[in-house]
Amino acid sequence: MTINKYSFLNLVRGSLNGHRTWSRAWRDPQPKKSYDVVIIGGGGHGLATAYYLARNHGIRNVAVIEKGWLGGGNTGRNTTIVRSNYMMPGNAQFYEWSLKLWEGLSTELNFNVMFSARGVLNLAHSDAQMDQDARRGNSMRLNGIDAELLDREQVRQMVPELDFSANARFPIYGGLLQPRGGTARHDALAWGFARGADRLGVDIIQNCEVVGFLREGARIVGVETSKGAIRAGSVGMAVAGHTGQLAALAGLRLPIETHVLQAFVSEPLKPLIDTVVTFGAEHFYISQSDKGGLVFGGDLDGYNSYAQRGNLPVAEHAMGAALAMFPMLGQLRLLRNWGGAVDMTMDGSPIIAKSPIDGLYINGGWNYGGFKATPASGWVCAHTIAHGAPHPLNEKFTLERFERGNLIDEKGAGPVPNAH
Amino acid sequence: MLIIRCPWCGERDHTEFTYGGAASVARPTPAATDQEWVDYVYMRDNSRGSHEEYWHHVQGCRQWLRVHRDTMTHEIASVMPAAMAAGER
Repeated sequence: MTINKYSFLNLVRGSLNGHRTWSRAWRDPQPKKSYDVVIIGGGGHGLATAYYLARNHGIRNVAVIEKGWLGGGNTGRNTTIVRSNYMMPGNAQFYEWSLKLWEGLSTELNFNVMFSARGVLNLAHSDAQMDQDARRGNSMRLNGIDAELLDREQVRQMVPELDFSANARFPIYGGLLQPRGGTARHDALAWGFARGADRLGVDIIQNCEVVGFLREGARIVGVETSKGAIRAGSVGMAVAGHTGQLAALAGLRLPIETHVLQAFVSEPLKPLIDTVVTFGAEHFYISQSDKGGLVFGGDLDGYNSYAQRGNLPVAEHAMGAALAMFPMLGQLRLLRNWGGAVDMTMDGSPIIAKSPIDGLYINGGWNYGGFKATPASGWVCAHTIAHGAPHPLNEKFTLERFERGNLIDEKGAGPVPNAH
Repeated sequence: MLIIRCPWCGERDHTEFTYGGAASVARPTPAATDQEWVDYVYMRDNSRGSHEEYWHHVQGCRQWLRVHRDTMTHEIASVMPAAMAAGER
């Protein structure tokens, strides 16, 4: 008899026979000729969409099609930070729902996504930044999101390793803390949703690349893939980083540019940073993984790129920020760095909407923010596909918002994708 | 580091420049429709491979350049003054 459910009792059972009776986490089926819904992209967003289509809407005749392996794109390339410290209407409610889903996700999926609510602390280095943080914190609290404004002493108690000396280039005035934020295991998110979706009947088809769309009149009725044609009642795309490429196959132009975002991990250290800290003077964020490596990232390289590898000036910039915050890291060695191709939209906010082409739904434009959004993204994208109309939480994430002037520009940077 | 051959300053590191985005979009006339303006301000081809784009040599001669670069390999095929590319002198 095979064991399906992960539990302490089953771990003991499994250990009695050398762990030979565990069932595989998900099947490896051949694609059928047709499905009710085909989702393109087997990263977190595509798998979450499939999972919630089956779980919330009873639509189980679903396939997720992935050109490589599960979670091999941006799901496995981010810095694993989960937070909902947003201010703009539309963003705040959406990301807060995502955080609420994160809090129960390991139980929901029977898969340990290793969500750790260790807090996310944004540092402030001037009176103006303290005012800005107070405003953001107040607006978060009005939206029912937790936020605490810390003064310099409170930050020092929380992260004493920060540079509090008189020599600090950017003295720390305080910070805005979201205690419920934190980190999670990014691969586990893809695997958990994959296993959950598979259990509900979803076919997950890897190594299958979409090369075109099937059309009947103006409507999209399926996809052409490297494993043949697959018909579908609806097609959803969740391929952030390459949304523009795939949409071009359908004849759509989007308000998106693809840029490269780098991340870094150091050699493992003893426990040092037990929260997530972001620098206020530059774009930089750092946390410590469960293996001990410091995980950090910074700015985009700044020019259009699909290369999935970054350039050294941005690496140098990130190291400079790390040392300005934590001078004690001067002798630290980097283990790895990598890049991901990210969809940068014209207002820095995502797109989850029915496309102008009947039968095609878009989930993309995730900018820097895709990983933490995954559960809610799947939740509302599934709703949008099941009902042909948006969920209240994504009704602002339309494509039409650009021509209507209803942009959700959290940073106020304007239609310059590399500035968000 | 990308090395951009500025027509005035020679080969320079890309950190001397700021990126100006896609050069394939053309500013519409004032009489253009709303849709043409939406396309100009927001919509991009976002090509994977050959890409025409603007760079501003902000820490050099301060001229705008039109660069033909590959977004997969970062190979730069050509650099010319943006004004010349636009047919001005």
